[in-house]
Amino acid sequence: MLTREQAGEIFDRIKKFSSADETEVLLSGCNFALTRFANNTIHQNVADENHSVSVRTVFGGRTARASTNKFDDDSLRRVVASSEALAKVQHPDPDLLSMPDSQEAAGSPSKGVQSTQVPSRHFEQTAAITPQLRAAGVKKIVEVAQKHKLITAGIFSSSESLEGIFNSRGLSDWHTQTLAEVSITMLGADSSGWQKANSPDVAKLDPLNLAEIAAKKALDSAHPAEVPAGKYAVILEPAAVLDIVGFMFWDYSGTAILDERSFLSGRIGSQLFGENITIWDDVTHPLQTGSPFDGEGMRRLTLPLVENGVVKRVVYARGTAARMKKSEFKDKVGPVSATGHGFALPNEIGEMPLNIVFAAPQNPQTLDQMIASTERGVLVTRLWYIREVDPYEKIVTGMTRDGTFLVENGKVQRGLRNFRFNQSLIHMLSGVEAMSVPVRSSGEESFDMVVPAMKVRDFNFTEVTKF
Amino acid sequence: MKEIASWALNVATMRGASYADARIVGQRSRALTTKSGKVGSASDAESAGMSVRVLSNGAWGFAASEDLSRTGVEATAARAVEIARASAQVKQKDVLLAPEKPVLAEWTTPHVIDPFSISVEQNIALLLNIDSELRAVAGITLAETNLNFNREEQWFVSSEGTDIHQTKYSAGAGYAAYVFADNEIQKRSYPNSYGGQWQNRGYELIDELKLVENARRIAEEAVALHRAEQCPEGAFDIILDSSQLGLQIHESIGHPIELDRVLGMEANFAGTSFLTLDKLRTLRYGSEIVNVVADARQEHGPGLGTFGFDDEGVPAQCTPIITNGLFTGYLSSRETAHTIGENRSGGTLRAEGWNRLPMIRMTNISLLPGVKPLTLEQLIASTDHGILMQTNRSWSIDDRRYNFQFGCEIGWEIKHGKRVRMVKNPSYSGITTEFWNSLDAICSRDEWTLWGTPNCGKGQPQQVMGTGHGAAPSRFRGIKVGSAYKGS
Repeated sequence: MLTREQAGEIFDRIKKFSSADETEVLLSGCNFALTRFANNTIHQNVADENHSVSVRTVFGGRTARASTNKFDDDSLRRVVASSEALAKVQHPDPDLLSMPDSQEAAGSPSKGVQSTQVPSRHFEQTAAITPQLRAAGVKKIVEVAQKHKLITAGIFSSSESLEGIFNSRGLSDWHTQTLAEVSITMLGADSSGWQKANSPDVAKLDPLNLAEIAAKKALDSAHPAEVPAGKYAVILEPAAVLDIVGFMFWDYSGTAILDERSFLSGRIGSQLFGENITIWDDVTHPLQTGSPFDGEGMRRLTLPLVENGVVKRVVYARGTAARMKKSEFKDKVGPVSATGHGFALPNEIGEMPLNIVFAAPQNPQTLDQMIASTERGVLVTRLWYIREVDPYEKIVTGMTRDGTFLVENGKVQRGLRNFRFNQSLIHMLSGVEAMSVPVRSSGEESFDMVVPAMKVRDFNFTEVTKF
Repeated sequence: MKEIASWALNVATMRGASYADARIVGQRSRALTTKSGKVGSASDAESAGMSVRVLSNGAWGFAASEDLSRTGVEATAARAVEIARASAQVKQKDVLLAPEKPVLAEWTTPHVIDPFSISVEQNIALLLNIDSELRAVAGITLAETNLNFNREEQWFVSSEGTDIHQTKYSAGAGYAAYVFADNEIQKRSYPNSYGGQWQNRGYELIDELKLVENARRIAEEAVALHRAEQCPEGAFDIILDSSQLGLQIHESIGHPIELDRVLGMEANFAGTSFLTLDKLRTLRYGSEIVNVVADARQEHGPGLGTFGFDDEGVPAQCTPIITNGLFTGYLSSRETAHTIGENRSGGTLRAEGWNRLPMIRMTNISLLPGVKPLTLEQLIASTDHGILMQTNRSWSIDDRRYNFQFGCEIGWEIKHGKRVRMVKNPSYSGITTEFWNSLDAICSRDEWTLWGTPNCGKGQPQQVMGTGHGAAPSRFRGIKVGSAYKGS
């Protein structure tokens, strides 16, 4: 992996090759390895190493980007020339800001902004995982499957990655991280169960426990019954919560408001969700991952997005905040300032919050307590193939998967055939009857978050599938 | 490049690999977008590297690196063998590859105009011209356009003696107009949603799409949707335009026929398939007029699934998937062919880039056009009461590919053979085989388009691949319409 010093040397060479008014370099790199298993066999097993350098140049309000994964002088000259050639033919953008210097990016106490610090997210033990260690871990998962006469499929991956940013105004920042991840599906003849977890520190993962939970779900949901679609009290495990609520966070963006493509247009400051819903974006949270700076190098601020059901604000890249302050919406969107959530420029998306943390409820309940208080409902392990049906009412559709259960008289009774849902997220988050303590959770449809399990009233199942 | 590949193959075989292949790939891409009168993004990207795939002790290993020096290449090959040995610790049986005759070949996507030869100024001028046409219509609150070009050059060399140099080009273009009014967001896209139309061609594709000519109509439809009534709910005959039908084919035929899914290899992520092996040549997938092929050959057209050779050196082929309604074929690879009694791969293994493992991917999965001449207008004229739905807005299907639901951008109610009114928020849902068995009319060749889906996700780590889907407007009887908006 590149070191910060080596990256700085690459930036120095790029600066020499550049004739632009301003030059910015993003460096990324990853050592990634993934052992994949199915049918109780390792069937794919991969590793790759790659670095990329991405150069943004600016000439009088015109900007563009080019990237390469080769760092010799000829390649760097070529990538600078490509970026400059693309930039020079753009139309000048009066809204393009000068690149931030290190003081602006770090935040200034005099402006009431504190520089964001995150805990170390790089663990040597994770970076040092070998193919043999991953295979040994998979072998234990397979042994759990065989013990229960099930078939297992899944992954055990490990990675070490870096992100760096340098610009010609003196800004320089650097982040390294490791991540280990385990995802396990257990398959019975007519049922399945699933669990997934990840952490920068592999010592925090417990693959055997995940395998046993997934196996129990597969066994308990065998011979699934069909019950009619309709509105049910639904208990969503954390992975199901994160995958469905993730579809609204693209809209917590100043650019989305300016574009009038956000379901929050005209709704910021209003009581949109139940009073028990409070949501933060917090890159510093101990269960979060990711870099503390954004695509321009601005340090990410910790912000309340929703407090007691009231949408308080959205996030901003620097340029978006400046445009919002001049727009017709400026008095209707809560606080407007750069928050360190922008994507690398130039882009058309703007920004979004990527470190979602749901606040703990006043009276957290365990999953078992939620089940015990349910007269008739459905327990959902995981949701799948979620897509937006209506962008303003925030109706999303999708399927349940890998462990859907009927709850009656306070007990899990049996497995159910999977449902299709069509559910407004506004209605869902207005009807949350109970929540657990939030945990770091990982799914497949949205990015990782710190979310609780939720018991939701009148969740809208519209169809039942064949299994 | 052959020399670089030989360093890898030598080290792999010396360390005990029974089979090895190396892919050296150079990729170049350009992405240009505009948003409401401004350039949104302008970027060029290049990436080059090499991967080595080996079989050792009967199990797979794969390693990739950007480092093309001799030391780097040899280290990558050694790493692939080490990984294969680790894989062998957890195996039930040895991997068996279907035989494939070694070939020496060159292949390049046929194209008239290299898309990278067109100046960025010209491309931006085109996009801003479209943008201006869209925003000339009162009520448009957001206009987005995009142009994308890709070039991928690959050297594939295997320990069996295959040596293939292949260069593929693809191009894509499209735009969308949005209207936010009265607490509702409506959108229209052209020529298709989510990036427009994509094919393996040069810039000539862009010239043929009539992008500017259609911009006003699309914007006017986006505005008109706000005045339209909600699409009715119930059982209706529906007519799908060819782009929506292309996505329907992708989701409810293309994915379930992937043999790796059928065999459980994707069970943890993408899912499995209802098409268990007992259904081959026994399942009535669709009505008698349903004929579907998986065709990667150039003669099928310039789809995103068109190539000379797949990424394990197997030549492009045409496999009959559904023949007169009967399920007749899967998408297979050298590793999986034997499970369906075949002694040769169907040639469908592809990788996203130099650092990803090739896997079974759709090629061009196409519904063949109707034999009898039939235009869309004639199909509408022969429909007593139904809904015409155009351009995808949402899509979802379960992990065995039975239950699906699609939403479209715009619908038209048909009564007594005539379009009587525009309807908004049309959606339909169903069960895959019931749906394809309800198909009773397919428009003929003049209405057939080979659409490109540039964003098909599969695998862990996830890979994005382009696939092709030929379709003509078609009619399905008695389909459930409107449950997406019921009680949500």
